[in-house]
Amino acid sequence: MQFMLLFSRQGKLRLQKWYVPLSDKERKKISRDLVQTILARKPKMCSFLEWRDLKIVYKRYASLYFCCAVEDQDNELITLEIIHRYVELLDKYFGSVCELDIIFNFEKAYFILDEFLLGGEAQETSKKNVLKAIEQADLLQEKTIFHLQSVLEKNVICP
Amino acid sequence: MALKIVKGSIDRMFDKNLQDLVRGIRNHKEDEAKYISTCIDEIKQELKQDNIAVKANAVCKLTYLQMLGYDVSWAAFNIVEVMSSSKFTYKRIGYLAASQCFHESTDVIMLTTNQIRKDLSSPNQYDTGVALTGLSCFVTPDLARDLANDIMTLMSHTKPYIRKKAVLIMYKVFLKYPESLRPAFPRLKEKLEDPDPGVQSAAVNVICELARRNPKNYLSLAPLFFKLMTSSTNNWVLIKIIKLFGALTPLEPRLVYSCVHVVKYLGLLAMSKILKTHPKSVQSHKDLILQCLDDKDESIRLRALDLLYGMVSKKNLMEIVKKLMLHVDKAEGTTYRDELLTKIIDICSQSNYQYITNFEWYISILVELTRLEGTRHGHLIASQMLDVAIRVKAIRAFAVAQMATLLDNAHLLTGNMQRNGICEVLYAAAWICGEFSEHLENPMQTLEAMLRPKVATLPGHIQAVYVQNAAKLFATVLKSQEGNTDSTAAQETSQLMIDRLPLFVQSANLEVQERASCILQLVKYIQKLQQKDVEIAEEVNALFAGELNPVAPKAQKKVPVPEGLDLDAWINEPPSESESEDEQPKAIFAKEEPKHSRPRHTEVDEKELARRREARKQEQANNPFYIKASPSSQKVYQDTPGVEHIPVVQIDLSVPLKVPGLPMSDQYVKLEEERRQKERAEKKKKEKKKRKEKRSGRGKKHDSGPESEEDITPAHQVDIVTEEMPEVNSLDILYFVPLADSEKLPVRSHRETPKSPAEDGDTENAALQEPKKKSTKEKREKKKDKDRDRKVYDIQGNLQDGSQVVVSVIFENKGDSFLKSMEFNVLDSLNSKLQRPDGSGPHDGLTVPFQLPPGVSNEARFVFTVQSIIMPQKLKGTLTFIVKNEDSSTHEKLDFKLHFTCTSYLITTPCYSDAFAKLLESGDLKGSSVRLEGVNMPFHHLLARICFHHHFSVVERIDSCASMYSRSIQGHHVCLLVKTSGQTVSIDAKCDEPTLLGNVLDEIKQTFSQC
Repeated sequence: MQFMLLFSRQGKLRLQKWYVPLSDKERKKISRDLVQTILARKPKMCSFLEWRDLKIVYKRYASLYFCCAVEDQDNELITLEIIHRYVELLDKYFGSVCELDIIFNFEKAYFILDEFLLGGEAQETSKKNVLKAIEQADLLQEKTIFHLQSVLEKNVICP
Repeated sequence: MALKIVKGSIDRMFDKNLQDLVRGIRNHKEDEAKYISTCIDEIKQELKQDNIAVKANAVCKLTYLQMLGYDVSWAAFNIVEVMSSSKFTYKRIGYLAASQCFHESTDVIMLTTNQIRKDLSSPNQYDTGVALTGLSCFVTPDLARDLANDIMTLMSHTKPYIRKKAVLIMYKVFLKYPESLRPAFPRLKEKLEDPDPGVQSAAVNVICELARRNPKNYLSLAPLFFKLMTSSTNNWVLIKIIKLFGALTPLEPRLVYSCVHVVKYLGLLAMSKILKTHPKSVQSHKDLILQCLDDKDESIRLRALDLLYGMVSKKNLMEIVKKLMLHVDKAEGTTYRDELLTKIIDICSQSNYQYITNFEWYISILVELTRLEGTRHGHLIASQMLDVAIRVKAIRAFAVAQMATLLDNAHLLTGNMQRNGICEVLYAAAWICGEFSEHLENPMQTLEAMLRPKVATLPGHIQAVYVQNAAKLFATVLKSQEGNTDSTAAQETSQLMIDRLPLFVQSANLEVQERASCILQLVKYIQKLQQKDVEIAEEVNALFAGELNPVAPKAQKKVPVPEGLDLDAWINEPPSESESEDEQPKAIFAKEEPKHSRPRHTEVDEKELARRREARKQEQANNPFYIKASPSSQKVYQDTPGVEHIPVVQIDLSVPLKVPGLPMSDQYVKLEEERRQKERAEKKKKEKKKRKEKRSGRGKKHDSGPESEEDITPAHQVDIVTEEMPEVNSLDILYFVPLADSEKLPVRSHRETPKSPAEDGDTENAALQEPKKKSTKEKREKKKDKDRDRKVYDIQGNLQDGSQVVVSVIFENKGDSFLKSMEFNVLDSLNSKLQRPDGSGPHDGLTVPFQLPPGVSNEARFVFTVQSIIMPQKLKGTLTFIVKNEDSSTHEKLDFKLHFTCTSYLITTPCYSDAFAKLLESGDLKGSSVRLEGVNMPFHHLLARICFHHHFSVVERIDSCASMYSRSIQGHHVCLLVKTSGQTVSIDAKCDEPTLLGNVLDEIKQTFSQC
């Protein structure tokens, strides 16, 4: 997979993940082009389109479009499955996920994606394992915050 | 000084976090650019600080802005700083930012090499994990070269979590630094057989990608992949492998075959899933699926069979089964054939024979199936035969005829001992012939067949059924023969029984022996009567009168337990403890059998038994192979040189033999076709008529071409026996003497749960509250303008902790949208603070731990810390939440006020009058008083109201005067003396804290002014 984009019906980018090294300028151009092309498509149209030398696989979930670019020889259906699996993961993690969850916790959305895909390849097909890894890392994060808090408090009380 | 810096940084730290930024951007839709530029200025300030937490927060915000399209390349160095933090929290943010913002031309990447190497070797797997994830996004040729070795080591890490990430990232490394491929490949290949499926699939992924670029080098891996393909259950991996083979096939054509197979297999698997939801669409591919039954691969055939099960309908059942029967004939290897057999039966019998329209056809299919050699599923066929014969009354005559032929040709089934499994059907055949013997054309012949000596070679339980049913047949035969003038025929029949039964009396199987000797005795008695010319047939038949009916397993439940019957009570005295326990269960069965059979033998006929013993002794003497207490009698007979016991002829045919006289099921297919044709023709006629009548109306009429499922009327009706079984009505024996009243168990005499005061506004009840119940202060409803959300809250003091108050809030969603991500926040005052979890700032909201679907309410509790309780207080708060609709979601908020009254700090505490008096005498308390005018209610109502609303308890009451007591969570005593005269109530109060007392009295006054 070359990259993944999440954007709203209004064309606002909500998440982007690039698995190929491109300059910011190129990335911006690509996402602008793609968002326009996909938003112009009718709901009844199919989820695949050929774009430049890539295949674009997209799917709309509520107000969000999930869009992946894969190479010519890649399988569209498995890409669709990857998108769906990612949505399922988000849904499990946030509990009935909606666009705002992704906006406000966009870093979490990235962390989940990074546990699921690595370098554009599916690294873990088990939902349970992905969520477990995220949970553990979150726990670690909270511990660090707590630790910091207590250090700071100590300093306040006895400087 | 140091204190100031730290304090400053705490405030700064929570100055504006990511959520605030996002919210801010959303609120500045008009001047977004301007707002963001001020934000960026702030971020720049934050980045200048030394505190890493502040920096990480700034970098996190930058990552968001980068997504919105703002240039953040200027902060690259700060990102590296955050990446290098030793805390996972910040490291995670740093790597995320790096993976989003860095690309090959970012020059600071050079600086990261050592940091990444350090993280890769971190003892914490999540540190290593984020480093690998980040690296996968921004790896450059330099990084790849420098870190290739480290990553290769990680491929053999102990944690699968790291291994799979390392394996995947190797692909990126290969792309950037192709020299690394050669040394890393053996290890990568190893990973194809990793015990962890995740690592395995990662390795498959990488090799598939590599092979796509250069297939030739990977041809040698084909066998390994083939093994994976056949063993893996992970669809993702399977798809990848097929793709890999797709890349390899131009070089190795033999692979095509295996690919085709996998695809076929997957296709069938997919179809079976589709079938559950869209049966119609799969049914049209019936022929294709039937073709798959010819496949060489057994797993494909089995899948196809699974599919067929779900595909049958009334219309195609016969056709499908006919095809399956062909396969049964062709099939070699018993496992697959057995599978076919069970599937045929499953298909036919599913949902109470729903799809069978002609049971004669089904019986003949079952009979044909008995020709199978060496199947293990004889009992399955047998149970089907029994089930159909019992439940489909119309078919009985036919079934009996078929079974009689089967019995007659039993030697074909049992001729070979290896075919043992199938002889189970004889069990069914014998029972059906016996039970429904009135349908037999030639009962005498069948009786003869059932008493053949060869029968003794059958398993014991089948012999037992033979003997029992021989008796039934005998009764039928007698009945038909007694009508005749010639009485010799009847006597000859009895003689036949007497001649043949001793064979069974000798059986080693107790059941057979018992039944045989019992029936033999009976027949002998009958014979005696016959010789005296007594008509006996009626009475013999009466032995077997009445129809046996199947009873549903749940039928017993339908019989109500009669009143006064306690099923758990002991009928006899419970066994004494002294009996050894381990012997008990065995003894029940082991002892019972001989108890029943032995004495009866002696009772029945001593002489006969003696004779038999003699005969057996002779036999044993003649038999050199006789071993005492041989478990099976069969061998004995086979080896005995007795005249009777020579097996008739052992026919061992390799070709399945057609049993003469059995109809082939195929003819039913034809017959059925004809029958349907006829029905259809009739229907057409009718329709034509209708059409004529309706000609004036709409011309649109159902085309009679393809018939629909409902059109096919079954030829026979099945008695569908499920829940509606006839109830067994013989329960009279189960009535016992009803229990005496004193013996009855006590049921719900106490356990009336006290009603929660929050739900119950009735003052009457309040006086009855248990003192332990925490107090309710106030109920208040807040209605949102759109009526979307309603909150009721209740403040309770905490007994255990003098400074804690629990507020339970009931959230009710009154709208139609889904509410989620609710955050409850209160603006703390100096005195009262909302308790927040460790690690959150003083202004953070608390997440409400549930979501609210429309119309649902739920309760959440929040703990507040209160320092001084002597003054009432109001706290302002907001509830923010996301309103989620079909395809949009909005962020909304709701403001509210929490009113902490002084009475909410009081806890109902009982007090005895002497303790109360002592308290008043001590002189520590300060007094105050209040007068209430115009109170128009009975005195006890008034007291109850004070108790309920203000958490007091009554100490003593004398006429129109009462003393009351309560205690605050911090231990203040509050004493009241309430007097009433007419409509005036005077309250004299004493408390060790005058301010608190004043406030409480004010609140009491308030309560009564409202009513």
